[in-house]
Parts: sequence; C-alpha cells; structure tokens
Amino acid sequence: MSIAHHLPALLVVTPLAGAALTFVTERRRDPVVAVLTGLTILGLSIGLVIRVLAAGPFRYEIGSWGAPVGIDLVADGASALFVLLSAVVGLAVTVYATDYFRGSRASVCGHGMFWTLWLFMWTSLNALFLTGDIFNVYVCLELVGISAVALVTLNGGSQALRAGARYLFSSMLAAMTYLLGVAIVYSATGSLDMGILRSTLVSDPAAATGLSLMVAALLLKTALVPAHFWLPSAHGSAPSPVSAALSALVVKGSYFAILRLMISVAPPGFLPGVDIVLGVLGATAIIWGSLQALAQTRIKQLVAYSTVAQIGYLFIVFPLARAGTDVFLLALGGALFHAITHALAKSGFFLAAGSLASRFGYERIDEMAGAARSAPVLVMTLALAGVTMMGLPPSGGFAAKWMLVSAALAAGQWWWALVLVTGGLLAAAYMFRLLGVLLRDSPAALNPPSGAIRTEWVPLSLAAGAALLVLASPLVTELVNTSVLVLGQGVTP
Amino acid sequence: MNHYLVYGLGGALIFSIGVYGMLARPHLLHKVVAANLMGSGVFLILIGLGNRVQGRPDPVPQAMVLTGIVVTVALTALGLAIVKRYYTVTGLTTLDDDPPETDA
Repeated sequence: MSIAHHLPALLVVTPLAGAALTFVTERRRDPVVAVLTGLTILGLSIGLVIRVLAAGPFRYEIGSWGAPVGIDLVADGASALFVLLSAVVGLAVTVYATDYFRGSRASVCGHGMFWTLWLFMWTSLNALFLTGDIFNVYVCLELVGISAVALVTLNGGSQALRAGARYLFSSMLAAMTYLLGVAIVYSATGSLDMGILRSTLVSDPAAATGLSLMVAALLLKTALVPAHFWLPSAHGSAPSPVSAALSALVVKGSYFAILRLMISVAPPGFLPGVDIVLGVLGATAIIWGSLQALAQTRIKQLVAYSTVAQIGYLFIVFPLARAGTDVFLLALGGALFHAITHALAKSGFFLAAGSLASRFGYERIDEMAGAARSAPVLVMTLALAGVTMMGLPPSGGFAAKWMLVSAALAAGQWWWALVLVTGGLLAAAYMFRLLGVLLRDSPAALNPPSGAIRTEWVPLSLAAGAALLVLASPLVTELVNTSVLVLGQGVTP
Repeated sequence: MNHYLVYGLGGALIFSIGVYGMLARPHLLHKVVAANLMGSGVFLILIGLGNRVQGRPDPVPQAMVLTGIVVTVALTALGLAIVKRYYTVTGLTTLDDDPPETDA
C-alpha cells in the first residue's frame, strides 16, 4: 500500500499537528509553524488531486476497520477539489494573517490564539470534506463551528461578542437538529456510512424525515435565506483574515455536506419536493442578498450580504438534478465551479477590504472616496473580484453561470436562468456603486501600508486567480466526472 | 408500550422544549440551557435505539451519545464563556436591543 493511499488521513493529521505545535512553541514562532503547515497541506492536496485523477475515487479505512464498524474517509473528485481549494485559500489567509496580527493588533489578548484556532478549523474542514460517515459529519461540523465562533470573537469587543453569540446559538440549534436527523436515519436503516446508506435506503417516511431534518439543519449552517440572519454580523465583525476564511470556506463546508446528503446518499426522487424548495430558496437568496448588499453603508457588511446572495447560486443545482445525467453533470459542474470561484474572489475581496478599512481607519463606504489613487492595488483587487461576482468573461464566475444557465435552459426550466442573469445585474449594481466611490478623484487621507507585499498582493493573487479561473475548467470538469457524487457507488477500498 | 417508544417520545418531548427555549427565550443563559435540553432529548432517543435489535444491545448509538456529550460540553463551555464576557463588556443578558453601530 503506497503512501498516496494515506493522503486523506495525512490531510487531517497535518493541520492537527500544526495546531498542537502552536501550543508548545513560542508565540512569535506561531506564524512560521502555520505557514509551513499550510505549504505541506497544499502539497498533500495536490497529491490527492493527482491520485484521484489517476486512480479514481477511493476509500480510506481508518485503523483498517472499515465500514460498518469503522469510520471511512472517502476521496473523490468533489472532495479533492474542496480540499485543494481550502489549501489555496487557507495558505493565502495564513500569509495575510502573518502581517495582520502584528503591531498594535498583536497586543489584543485574544489575537494570540488565532493560529491555533485557525489550524484547528482547517483540520475540521479537511475532515468534513473527506468523511464518508453521516455522524462524523456532525462531529466535523461542530469542530468547525466551535473554532469559527471563537475566531469571530477574537478581539473581545461588544460587536464581535454579540455576533459570536448569535452565530454560536444558531450553530447549536443546527447541530442538535442534525443529530436528531442522524438518530432517525439510524433507527430506520441501522447504518451511518454514506455508501451503505446509498445502497440500502428505500422509500421510507422515517428515513426521509431524518434526511430532511439533516438538510434543514445544514441550511442554517450554510446561511441560505431565510436562515442567513447570523451571517452578516459574524462575517462583518470578525478580523479580516477570519472573515475571508468564513466566507470562502466555512459556508462551503456545510454546503458540501448538503451535496453529499442530497446527491451521494439520497437516491433520485427519495426526497420529493426538497430539491424544488432548495432551488426556490436559492433564487430568493440571490435576489434578496443582492438587494441588501445594495443598501449597505459599510464595506465589510456589503461583502457579507454579497456572500448571502452568492450562496444562492449553489442551490440552483438541486432542481436540475432530475433532468437527466448530462444536464445534471453540467449543473453540478457549474455549482462546484461557482463554489471555487466565489471562495477565491470573496477571500480576495474580504482581505483587500480589510486592508483598505485598516488603512482608512474606518469602514464607511461613502468616506472612502479617492482610494484608487492612494491604494491602487487594493482597488484593483476589489474590481477584479467584482468582475468575477458579476460573472463577466473570462472570469470563473462567467464559466460557472454559463454552465448553470445552459443546464437550466436544457432542462426547460428557464426561470432559473432568469434569476441567474438578474443576480449578475444586481451584483454589477452593488459593485459599481462601491467602485464608483473608490475611483472618485479626491484626495484621501490613508495611513501608510504596513507590509505592502502581503496585505496587497495576496488578495490580488486570489482575485486574479478567480478572474482567470476559466482556464481551470477542464480540470474541474474532469474532477466532477470522477466524483462519487455522480457515481453513487462503486468506490473500491 | 415498549421501552423504545417511551425513550423516543420522551426524547422528542424534551427536544421540543429545548427548541422552544432556543427560539422564544431571549436570555442568553436560557438559550445555553435550552441547547443542552435539545441535546439531552436526542441522547435519550439514541439510548432507546440500543435495543433496536433483539438480543444484545447495539453499541453504536451509545458511542454516538458519548461523542455527542463531549461535543455538547465543549459547545456549552464556549457558550458560557462568551455570555460571561458579553455581560462583562456590555452589561446585557440578551441580544435583542442593538446599540448604535460604531467603527471598531
């Protein structure tokens, strides 16, 4: 058995080891540990992608127990894609944070815990993307939730504590509801392994109720409208590197779990109506989130509501799942592509917005006029990320929307296409409103940059990656096609 | 009425009380307790599943309950820490009345 077979386990163990290491090393060495851990994870993720492309999806039996007694990890195209995505975004966030948590911010008492919590969160995200067990999903989600809430409250201010408390309570509500769903599914089927569930689930009201509860709980974690109430305050008041990681990765974690349940676990037609409801909520999120973003006066709040809107696009795939394999694959490719693009663009956007806000000393958009002259790289980043969110070519956002719109038209469900296009126009409206102020020709009183390379070029490379992501579409399509999401079964140990 | 039904119905009742507390009670300590009630409800249901099969008890639900307790304890600890700090900083025990937004 080659070392490549152990990659799924190594991807969980590496950040965990890094997190543990930050407990025993000197405070000032923490950033070094984190960057080295990030680089290792990036290498391992690339290895995983290569392995999945070469040898197909595979199962990893932890401790060689194997399902149903043991807990298995599953590496397929979709999980490899999300692990690679979190490695890229995670490394960028880590490098940015090495600058962010210096100087005056280093003295805030909670900030010293950033590195440990952040690596714990990375550990649990990787585990979430790789697990093949519905109870293990619960544990991973809670580990993500605990570290995310703690990260939101790092600076200990009243805004952050309020946001963290709201986030924690919605997270607890979701967790217990999800666990109730797991209990019901287990009582109906006697199994927790996704692969076994897929082959044993038959039309059964109890199992369907359990799965629906689990999906409903995950919607609260993913902040799909109308369960988005906790997101803007949590993402808006967290330290910028944390906001970027939450917006780019954490909501994608619970979305990934929904994909697993709706597509890998539930046989087609097992949850009639739920797919339509998800589509309608997604469409509502696109319109409502964009309108809210238009109304915001503070830059990080605008970005947070834009996240609410962009999450909606991810849910248009579900009503298209029944329209035949070709249409479904196209729609799934579009949704995954959108998830990646949004993660890159939004993390770049949040980091750049954070740099801008700390150089101005405040977050009000109207008073940021003239930023383009003094901080051209940051404004360029915001513009590039904006182009991606509007879905203009050649950005990844364009490719994603193109795939989703084509799938909707091919399925004869033109109304989704209409919502997708409207969402793009609304995104253009709120982006142009922001850029219009930033590009205004007036002298701006900015603080000098702290560590120009890290605070400006890291977000820029993320945004540029998103804008050029169309080049990566063959890789994404290939990974979507080697995905258990599609194959359902046939994953060999 | 068999054992399983008693555990199942009792668990569902406790879970519902927890949901009510989470949604209807504004006091943050009430919310922490309510979340724990929800957890206890699910744990009761899971424990009842132990004699799902005839003969020896099924150990898997018990393993789930043990793990669930550990997770709930961690969540509760974090929740209490945040509530305590929030009270120290703002003097408030609810999230309802928003203070005017300031630039942090």
